Amino acid sequence: MTLSTPFQPTRRSVLGGLAAGGALALSPARFASAQSAAPIRLGFQLHRTGIGAAYGRWYERTTQAALKVLNEAGGINGRPVEVIFEDDGTDPRRGAEVVEKLATQAGCDLIFGALFSHVVVGSAPRAGELKIPYLVCSEGFHVASGTLNRWTLQPGITDVRAQVSSMAPWVTQNLGRKVTMLFPDYAFGHDHRDYFSAALKAQGGEILELVPIPPTETSFTRYFPRIPAATEVLYHVMVGPAVLSFVKELGEFYAGGGRPQIFGFIDSLEAVDTASPGLEFLEGTHFWEGHCRMRQADASEHEDFYRAAVGVDANGASVADARDVSTYAHMFSCWETLFVIRDAMVAAGYQGPADRQRLVEAVEAMTTMPLSREHVQGDKVFNGRTHQVFGHQYISRVEGGKLVRVHATAIEDSLYPDAVDYTAMAF
Amino acid sequence: MDFGPFLLLALMEGTVQAAVLALTAVGLALVFGVMRVVNVAHGEFFMLGAVTAWFVASHVPGPPWAAFLAALVLCPLVAGAVAAAADTLVLKRLDYDPGATIVATIGLLYILQQAALSLYGPEARPVPAPFTWPIRLPWFGWSGYKVFVVAAAAAILGLVWLMLARSRAGLVMRATQVDRDIARAFGINVDRVYAGVFALGAGLAAVAAVLIVPIQQAHYLMGHDPLLLSFAVVIIGGLGSLRGTLVAALVIGLSDGVISVFISPTLAKIVATLVVALVLVFRPQGLFGARA
Repeated sequence: MTLSTPFQPTRRSVLGGLAAGGALALSPARFASAQSAAPIRLGFQLHRTGIGAAYGRWYERTTQAALKVLNEAGGINGRPVEVIFEDDGTDPRRGAEVVEKLATQAGCDLIFGALFSHVVVGSAPRAGELKIPYLVCSEGFHVASGTLNRWTLQPGITDVRAQVSSMAPWVTQNLGRKVTMLFPDYAFGHDHRDYFSAALKAQGGEILELVPIPPTETSFTRYFPRIPAATEVLYHVMVGPAVLSFVKELGEFYAGGGRPQIFGFIDSLEAVDTASPGLEFLEGTHFWEGHCRMRQADASEHEDFYRAAVGVDANGASVADARDVSTYAHMFSCWETLFVIRDAMVAAGYQGPADRQRLVEAVEAMTTMPLSREHVQGDKVFNGRTHQVFGHQYISRVEGGKLVRVHATAIEDSLYPDAVDYTAMAF
Repeated sequence: MDFGPFLLLALMEGTVQAAVLALTAVGLALVFGVMRVVNVAHGEFFMLGAVTAWFVASHVPGPPWAAFLAALVLCPLVAGAVAAAADTLVLKRLDYDPGATIVATIGLLYILQQAALSLYGPEARPVPAPFTWPIRLPWFGWSGYKVFVVAAAAAILGLVWLMLARSRAGLVMRATQVDRDIARAFGINVDRVYAGVFALGAGLAAVAAVLIVPIQQAHYLMGHDPLLLSFAVVIIGGLGSLRGTLVAALVIGLSDGVISVFISPTLAKIVATLVVALVLVFRPQGLFGARA
């Protein structure tokens, strides 16, 4: 057995060094102007497995597509960009470990991409301790509520509180005032419960019954008898692998007729074909969509560019397999967050981890984001104090098995008083 | 909703759950009874049945009932073949040591789960029901397919009982269960019996999954709940007792249906677990178990 002293070059390390030097010398000229031509490494906390897996699959595809566009346009500050995907199993404990791994072992400049709110709430404190920017795509009100920290931002998607507040007036004016809510029994569902109830009451409506459903539930008929007969509007939002069962069983339950108006969050049908057998009863019901899954007649050129880049057809399914339906209403957040990162890194003159604080400040300084190739879902307003972005929300109606947009909310409808000022917090 | 229809719905939902649970748990009980193997991977054979049903349903042309019938035949065969291979390649080599087989089946659980994730993917996918027959009661609608699930489960359980009680294969199994050394002395190929029983157990779980998958969907993590409930049923019924397993499946399924409709599904799970704990304390051999 031989022992090598720490500073003795081995044949392997010399060859490695030569290879690295060679790669550096041969790297594309367009990246050569930067002070360092090493790639910027972005960590992506991915729900590749677990209950968020259907989202994870499309978040990865969307991010890869955005990354390609970004690198073809010259990367960031003259440097190429790499994204390192790490599976968190849609599990909060694993989520915190992934943050740690991406920050310390993979040497990432920042971390983004987490969706499920329990994972975000479980991971954000670790990101704060490691002082690494953590940009989430999670919709939860937990960012703007002030429960997280200065390192956690949500610049790519509107939070649930803003979404439901902006839509409650339309629901009461067009569907009815007596509402029963079915929602998953954890943080994300509780945001719906609390803020939709409040917004509904502000509009003179009334909650007849709240029906929480455990997030791991697979059979739902047993919950439906709790829906009061006087219900005018049934509000549902469901997540996880059993969403199709949920909607199908709802249809069976109302097969005898007498169903109320139904207003659902598309989360209940993300990655599911609206034309699936058993979903015929959804005809004429309404859905919230963060981004319209079916291409609308007035789609912008940016929208078409995005659809083609990610590989999604006009029905919101993969161009390679029409049965592979995307999580279209949410996945734009990965695309937009990546371009927010680029803009912030450019504004901060980002060079390396020493500039992380300036990067957060650069995002905080952002205000308006116009509809563009970078912001394909629509124009947005960013509030640097609450670290939260606000955009348009869409209400679609199922017509002939297709989702047709019938209403778009104004950004002003979704704003609420600041609950926190992160910019006053220490790093 | 009024109390009467409410209770009716609870009982109907509970009966469906009990029927599927009975099929799954009988498979687990058979494997434990004959082989003395605690099969932690049992739920994954359930999942395998459901996932295979999706593959069959998407590749067999023709009306949904044709694909469903094909799945009903093919899926248990696939699950059974995988189980027989696992038995021959792994469990036999461990000489059916109780501790080692538990660890081995835990490993099998992860292998099957991750294989499904890699080959089938993370989505929950629907399998069309063989027929649509909406039952319209005055108070609520119900899926007529669920009636078929109960009837089919009862018929298959009847066949299993017939096979065990009346056929030569059943006789050989029971002989091996009583004493495998004596059985071997009488010229019974115990290795083959074990492989067959392990395959039969897996096949029953797969059949249960084929029946349930038009109601739920095929998903790579779906084996968890059937495994836990089957263990509860087998422990309450008495390890290795088929009659006990059936009674316990009815009790657990119906009480789960009623409690979860009237109060909360979480409470139903708490009650099931509590019953298991009480049985273990006061009657460790189970309600119908002969041996401790």
